[in-house]
Amino acid sequence: MTSAPVIEARALTKRFGDLVAVDGIDFEVAPGEAFGLLGPNGAGKSTTMRMIGAVSQRTSGELQVLGLNPDTEGPAIRARLGVVPQEDNLDMELSVRENLVVYGRYFGISRAECHRRADELLAFAQLEEKARTKTDDLSGGMKRRLTIARALVNEPRVLMLDEPTTGLDPQARHVLWDRLFRLKERGTTLVLTTHYMDEAEQLCDRLVVVDHGRIMAEGSPAELIRQYSSREVLELRFGSGRNAEVEPLLDPLADRVEVLPDRVLCYTDDGEDLLERVAALGLEPATSLVRRSSLEDVFLRLTGRSLIE
Amino acid sequence: MTAVATHEDVAAWRDEARASVARTRRRGSLYVAEYRLRAMRAYGWTIVIGAVGQPLLYLLGLGVGLAAFIRTPIAAGPSGSVGYVAFVAPALLASAVVGVAMEEFTYAVMEGFRWRKTFWAINASPVTPRQACNGLVLAVAARMLVTGTAYYGIAVAFGAITRPVVGLAMPLVGVLGGLAFGLPVMAYAAQMKEDTGQFSIIQRFIFTPLFLFSGTFYPLASLPLWLQWIGWISPVWHASELGRALSFGSSAGGWPWWTHLLVLLVMTTGGAAVAWRSFVKRMTS
Repeated sequence: MTSAPVIEARALTKRFGDLVAVDGIDFEVAPGEAFGLLGPNGAGKSTTMRMIGAVSQRTSGELQVLGLNPDTEGPAIRARLGVVPQEDNLDMELSVRENLVVYGRYFGISRAECHRRADELLAFAQLEEKARTKTDDLSGGMKRRLTIARALVNEPRVLMLDEPTTGLDPQARHVLWDRLFRLKERGTTLVLTTHYMDEAEQLCDRLVVVDHGRIMAEGSPAELIRQYSSREVLELRFGSGRNAEVEPLLDPLADRVEVLPDRVLCYTDDGEDLLERVAALGLEPATSLVRRSSLEDVFLRLTGRSLIE
Repeated sequence: MTAVATHEDVAAWRDEARASVARTRRRGSLYVAEYRLRAMRAYGWTIVIGAVGQPLLYLLGLGVGLAAFIRTPIAAGPSGSVGYVAFVAPALLASAVVGVAMEEFTYAVMEGFRWRKTFWAINASPVTPRQACNGLVLAVAARMLVTGTAYYGIAVAFGAITRPVVGLAMPLVGVLGGLAFGLPVMAYAAQMKEDTGQFSIIQRFIFTPLFLFSGTFYPLASLPLWLQWIGWISPVWHASELGRALSFGSSAGGWPWWTHLLVLLVMTTGGAAVAWRSFVKRMTS
């Protein structure tokens, strides 16, 4: 038995004129996996998603989705994918239920079956009471849940989510994550892009860090943190003028020091211990915080930039 | 947990994907048309009021008012000269249907690609760009047929259609005129990134001149030659003349009826080709 990926990309490239949006990336997604593309805006994540979704032709490289070539069998691929775009493209004039039924029809699903699935999906998206509401009247979080429900109407093998929770309030994000967890438990393969670290950590089994159309690193969130960061981070604020000044003093104490405009990050395995040693030097930060390393730190290490600028 | 898939699994996914696209491959255009007709219900009352109100207003205004002035026979059929209302009715019908095309093939297309982005949702489904285009056209054609048929019915009630039975084909001629005008407009709208007034320019400087200089209210031949050409390239004129041939037995300009049909068919076919190209380009780049 050899393992076969649901999605396989080799040297995948997309150019728009002179702009190289995706610059020869390789990755595989296994069935049942939650795979993430993490990177800042403009890194090439959405373009990659559009190529996988068989709505944008690659410039060069190899791409197979469900064993099919998107250039020649786009409709067959799209028949088995669910797509949640970055921006909701629901029909605002139709009712919540109609959005599901109409969308199911595009997949050749009979009207009766569309209605049956709409009932199920309304329950899944916790929108049963809104079934007859005009979609325009839903809250942002509800619209997002409806978009996800709509993407599930064809019972897809792979669900693609482009920035699933961008623009939602924290509570709405948690509701959404809970729904996505359930899909994962059912064995749906998830491919998602995000520029939120917490989202990637919550949802992804494995991810690639993308910047300028290239893959910078690949692994599970824990692996990436282990490989590219320390266990803990000590965040110190000395006031904007002094952060850079203290760097030479902190450098010998920590594994690595990053000076940001508003704070200094000291990477170490034991944050509390480091804080004591900083205090022993006679340095008095305005505030200090010990936290666990996150993917944000991985990204900073890999690109020298913060993810959300 | 990730599962380990075998190459047999891959073959099974492939077969499943190919099998599940079969129905959409045959009927995708109809699914899109079904959606558009549902979406039109949101402004259904304006469609109905427009389809019934416009002919009532025009036929009353022109039939009771203007026709009382115009005593000179303006055109003639095989059974003698026809009155002014009979002369204008086929042209009014054609212009009304082309007006629907002007509305549906501009703002509705921009809305789908740009403002509400609903066409991108269609694009993510197994429906192809060409099917999406066809489906939109089918739904608009259905709306044009409603407008044309309402116009026909009211014109018959006004006694403005000399041969009502043959005239039954007039709504279809209107639809053909609407497509001949609307498909190239749709092709243009489908590649627009933003509407910075292009649609109102099309409305004012293409649609309105076509309506005014297409022999709608007077025979095209009464215009000087340097204006007559507008009629020759105008889908409104060709649809009007074909409608007149159906209604009272001869076109006003004397071209054989089939030449008008031919021009409309050529324009529609050409328009469909550019509209397809436009949709495919926009939806696969």
